Amino acid sequence: MQVDLRGITKRFGQVIANEGVGLTIRPGEVLGLLGENGAGKSTLMNVLCGLYQPDAGEILLDGVPVTFSGPGDAISAGIGMVHQHFMLVPVFSVTENVILGVEPSGRLDHLDLKTARAKVAEINQAYGLKVDPNALIETLPVGVQQRVEIIKVLFRSADVLILDEPTAVLTPQEVDDFFRIVDALRDAGKALVFITHKLNEILEISDRIAVIRDGRIVGEGDPKKLTRPELAEMMVGHPVSFDLEKGAFAPGRALLDVSDLTVLREDDTVSVDHVNLTVRAGEVVGIAGVQGNGQSALIEALTGVRRPASGTIMLDGQDITQASVRARHKLGMAHIPEDRQHNALIANFSVAENMVLDTYYDTRFSSGLHINWPDVHTAAARFATDFDVRTPSVYAAAGHLSGGNQQKLVVARELSRETTVIIAGQPTRGLDVVSTGYIHSRLIAARDSGDGVLIVSSELDEILALSDRIFVMFKGRFVAEFNSDAGLPDKSAIGLAMAGVAQ
Amino acid sequence: MTERSMQDLLQRRLIGRSEIEDVVIVPLFAVITALFLGTLVMLATNVDLATIARSFLALLRGSVGSLNAISETLTAAAPLILAGLGLALGFRAGLFNIGAEGQVLMGGMAAVIVGFSFADLPAALLLPLSLLAGALTGALYASIAGWLRAATGAHEVISTIMLNLISYRLLDYLLRQPFIQKEGRSDPISKSVPEAAELPRLLAFIDPNLRVHAGIFLVLAAVAIVYWILFRSKLGFEFRASGENAEAARFAGMRSGIIIVVAMATAGAFAGLAGANQVLGVLGRATPGFSAGIGFDAIAVALLGRSHPVGVLLAGLLFGALEAGGRQMQVDAGVSIDLIGIIQALIIVFIAAPLMVRALFPWGFRTTIKPKGGKL
Repeated sequence: MQVDLRGITKRFGQVIANEGVGLTIRPGEVLGLLGENGAGKSTLMNVLCGLYQPDAGEILLDGVPVTFSGPGDAISAGIGMVHQHFMLVPVFSVTENVILGVEPSGRLDHLDLKTARAKVAEINQAYGLKVDPNALIETLPVGVQQRVEIIKVLFRSADVLILDEPTAVLTPQEVDDFFRIVDALRDAGKALVFITHKLNEILEISDRIAVIRDGRIVGEGDPKKLTRPELAEMMVGHPVSFDLEKGAFAPGRALLDVSDLTVLREDDTVSVDHVNLTVRAGEVVGIAGVQGNGQSALIEALTGVRRPASGTIMLDGQDITQASVRARHKLGMAHIPEDRQHNALIANFSVAENMVLDTYYDTRFSSGLHINWPDVHTAAARFATDFDVRTPSVYAAAGHLSGGNQQKLVVARELSRETTVIIAGQPTRGLDVVSTGYIHSRLIAARDSGDGVLIVSSELDEILALSDRIFVMFKGRFVAEFNSDAGLPDKSAIGLAMAGVAQ
Repeated sequence: MTERSMQDLLQRRLIGRSEIEDVVIVPLFAVITALFLGTLVMLATNVDLATIARSFLALLRGSVGSLNAISETLTAAAPLILAGLGLALGFRAGLFNIGAEGQVLMGGMAAVIVGFSFADLPAALLLPLSLLAGALTGALYASIAGWLRAATGAHEVISTIMLNLISYRLLDYLLRQPFIQKEGRSDPISKSVPEAAELPRLLAFIDPNLRVHAGIFLVLAAVAIVYWILFRSKLGFEFRASGENAEAARFAGMRSGIIIVVAMATAGAFAGLAGANQVLGVLGRATPGFSAGIGFDAIAVALLGRSHPVGVLLAGLLFGALEAGGRQMQVDAGVSIDLIGIIQALIIVFIAAPLMVRALFPWGFRTTIKPKGGKL
């Protein structure tokens, strides 16, 4: 089925989310829809799947104009959306989740699970999804849960699938698996829309690319002919530099020295297994690995949020193994937590309050029991300008900022005090190109000024771009080490180590 | 960056429409709806319209209609505001303290004991000492629940309910102890506090029956102090941070265990002060259950006041007025004072369901604009 969007305009009050958008989605083709956060990608797709009614323009299915008054209309017309945030009942089985809302039922409202299960198995088979129809959702990894969402859409006989930022929650391996599924769907003649802001992925999987900016389509093109910088420029409206200005590698003394560190999970199983690690002044150490291999526990032990079971942690010559979080801050440890929403920011607090969340007690901001709010506000305004945090004012709630600005706020807070060691977990997860580049440049600037930087990321590209030395973490251990002074390390070797294949 | 953009960032926005809706319009409509439903309840129980009209008039007259009415309103409001301030502080720290009732009782008891034990001291010493005893005892009693939460994870809702039950029995037991029980009485009742320990009545020079006492100064000071703690002090910043997002507070180096204990203790101090305010300002002694549910009504006051000190002050005044007016209503119109309880309960129901209030009064609210497609 071919979908034509013509002159779609959608406004929310004064805000124009889409203006005169024309787009064609063809069967047997993957259309990559590229745009920054807030560019209007999601609004456009929500118009297509019936959640919003356009203020102007029309939707044509195989040349016939249609109007959707709700998501139900779009689904019965064969348009299905796989949302970024899954809508699954954790305690239900795969089949039960798939049929939710369209339950096949027999006499006396008897739930016909048998037919449903057979149909799920059939879909599974046809597209190589490898999902057990009887498994409970809560027992499945995120990548498999996503496939359940795809089955849900296919079960409702969709011919057009909209995939909203599908790779944001996936590990590199899961992304590869996911792309094979996309291939299978394309070969079966489905029309696919792949929404993302990740340049590499869109170049890899799309047959055609449309770039959206400020609610308008600003360019279309062939992924075989387009390059990353060209796409990035289209997306943000000005040239973007992918080159990081990096000083010469001249490591100094050891700032962070971890020996024989073991950290346990809540249930006393081993999460970090006798790890040794040194971060020297003026270097970036990257820890690559598929999420869930002990990286989070390692960061938490280093920053004092979790007590290690054994081992020692030295910060610039001082034993901080048992030191409190605040004691570590005072010694110059900066921490950019992995989970910005839950661990780094308080959404209902103002930008200024968040800016001093771990420095409010400092003499710069308080005297005695009293916090000098005027000083805090002035300092927050300065940090916000220094670190390019786009906010209407320092009194605005941090929760109202975009993801990129929230992360810049966290980086501003952590880097605006005296630092010696910076520990950053997933520092650019979910951010657009410009914010990512900015945060990378600040981390490199810290390295060049003599700080030790430790970066944990599941994005291999990020690790490769920033690190002087790379460790690969697998099942709580460092299974491989790479040095970038002998040229850029081999990506596939790191990938293999991440998958636990011995060298 | 330029000086200009710094100035822009420091520009404080005027209070937004949505905040006014949340803080003023929702509570206002909640009160109106509750009064309306209260009328329906009266109609349903065969009260004729004339009586209903008379009872609402009595409600108004009994709460603000005369000097005595205002005095009664303030007297009833004072302990509600004090205990409500403590609870609001706890709510801000993410602690749902149900134990104000027990803290009121323990604080009041301590204030009485100190009052009659040091009867020889001059008022300038004895009164502050008795008040302090009330506050400290309330703080200690509340910190038990805080410590249990911090050390063992026992939820404060459960432990404070249990501590309430313990406080009732403990009070009964204490009131029968020879050094506390009034001489020559066999029922549980404490000795009276000497005049030097009493909160002086403020309008006795006009009419000795006007009960409003110096406790209202205590209330005003407490409002200012709680405001300062919550919004100007380091401690309050830690309270609010832990209440909003305990994990982020921990990652920022705040010590959650200590914060929980201190927040509970501070909350208990204000509840204890409410108890002291009652025994030293109104009752003059302690009897079983002398708190008369202040600790529970204060929960409603703290919620209605949106856990903001000024809001608590206003909500406490409203509840005080309802109580004083309710008594008048019973006298003038013969309508049971229980109706006031129903109206108070309904106010809380509507406060707790702002969406319902918005649905009932759509013209009072701006229609919400859906956010842009992008996600946070």
